Amino acid sequence: MAWDSIATIAAKVNAGEVKAVDLVEQSLRTIAEKSSFNAIIATTEDRAKERASQIDAAIAAGESVGRLAGVPFIAKDNFLVFGGETTAASNILRGFEAPYQSTAINRLEAEGAICVAKANLDAFAHGSSTENSDFFTTKNPHDETRVPGGSSGGSAASVVLDLAPFALGTDTGGSIRLPASFTGCVGYKPTYGLVSRSGVVAMASSTDVIGPITTSVEDAAIVLDVISGKDELDSTTIEKDAQGYVVDAPGSLKGKKVGVIKEYMGEGLNPAVKENIVKAIEAMKAAGAEVSEVSLPSLPLALAVYYIVCPAEVSSNLSRYDGQRYGYTKQDAADLNDSYIGSRELGFGKEAKRRIMIGTYVLSSGYYDAYYRKAQTVRTKLINEFAAAFEQYDVLVGPTAPDIAFKIGENAEDPLQMYLTDIMTVAVNLVGVPAISIPAGTIQDMPVGFQIIGKQRSDRELLAIAAQTEAIL
Amino acid sequence: MAQLSNEDILKLARLARLGLTPEEVEEYKNELNAILGYVDSLAAVDVAGLEPTSQVTGLTNVVRSDSVKDYGYETSDLLKNVPSVENNLIKVKRMIG
Repeated sequence: MAWDSIATIAAKVNAGEVKAVDLVEQSLRTIAEKSSFNAIIATTEDRAKERASQIDAAIAAGESVGRLAGVPFIAKDNFLVFGGETTAASNILRGFEAPYQSTAINRLEAEGAICVAKANLDAFAHGSSTENSDFFTTKNPHDETRVPGGSSGGSAASVVLDLAPFALGTDTGGSIRLPASFTGCVGYKPTYGLVSRSGVVAMASSTDVIGPITTSVEDAAIVLDVISGKDELDSTTIEKDAQGYVVDAPGSLKGKKVGVIKEYMGEGLNPAVKENIVKAIEAMKAAGAEVSEVSLPSLPLALAVYYIVCPAEVSSNLSRYDGQRYGYTKQDAADLNDSYIGSRELGFGKEAKRRIMIGTYVLSSGYYDAYYRKAQTVRTKLINEFAAAFEQYDVLVGPTAPDIAFKIGENAEDPLQMYLTDIMTVAVNLVGVPAISIPAGTIQDMPVGFQIIGKQRSDRELLAIAAQTEAIL
Repeated sequence: MAQLSNEDILKLARLARLGLTPEEVEEYKNELNAILGYVDSLAAVDVAGLEPTSQVTGLTNVVRSDSVKDYGYETSDLLKNVPSVENNLIKVKRMIG
């Protein structure tokens, strides 16, 4: 059974028409029924049931519980959450029990939402398919031989499989939007800094963002409204929009200036995917949007910039996993250095090691200027080109990914080929602008994602435009 | 860029405190060379007059008062994931041989 909208569920729970314990029960039952898709690493069943009972009791006592009263959700397993382990799908964090919760989870709980499970991901969010999970690969809900995309593949599959009304993901280079595109749901990547990263396992700190994965833009907006805003525990956070993000009145696309990104519509794009994207653009035009093509000439460089900046920050962030304070530790080490080396050798998977190695190289003495500094300077070039485009356009559009979900194992032996999956999502992260992937039909029964990009801090307008576009697709 | 050798890979692994098997050394050498070959496309990009960006929303010097705030954590909770504890201290292997 599919779920009502988040606002409807919460209203029913607050009115006493539906019990939170039944919603949690429905979620846990569906998780068990659909376990063959490997979307979930573990449930937080006991704590979820306990919280649901408390919420029902509070409502029975006449208290108002909040805007997300009784709404079950699933967190990607790189969020620190009480009631179970937080592993980031990595062997090195197996058994780790969070001593505190992430700010995003605390804010959701404060409005009455209930975390029921932790979703699979590429270990440490390094990947585009969940095949880099140290535990298992999640299967695409539409075709079990295909990947769900990544790294928030478990979160996206969870939403499409109706395991819960919404899930949380993280997006460092496309990790919310890509799986949303591959599985056919809505994935929202906010402006950098809009959601606190406190209590989320760090990947690349200058591009990491947290966002919702949902079945509608309306639901994404409500979740964003709850989790966004400044947090003293993350000094990079920014103020949320004074009006919030809830999409209230359906607006119009009339007169909206839409730029179709030339570089995303050419070489490398599956012609069948292109057809769906063109259809979506035509629908926006028919609804009154002023559409024209825009070129951002440095876009083809974004992936190379990303695969310098991201591993550099990864190698730095993963240095904390030293086997001494938490996580896997090598038992029979001769001395401290041997313990570091051995714990990291056995604790990290292939992709984490690969990124640590690349990052260490591009940051090392003698290569820093040629790689890291150069990449951060080309990043400025990209930022300038996006800024120029947003002087003319309200939003920029294109596909989320060059193709539909690929087969499990297809790219597993070629890391560079795997990295190319992110070619249409990474620039957004480097520039720090918000973007959303919404479903735009299917080809061969597999979903296609349509990406809409806004300028920094225009999340409210972007969500409104996305909701209007969703309504006509 | 010059191609990375097995020695380069071992040096990087040492810097990163990462143990690698001989097979992994060979594998990472080939993969890193392919990936670095790809990112070398940036070498020819003209960036004259541009400064590098590391913070995208323009924040600078975010400060807070330097005061203790009690978040209510128990010491035992904060130490529960530590592999080896003695007298509420984290116990590590000897550092000097």
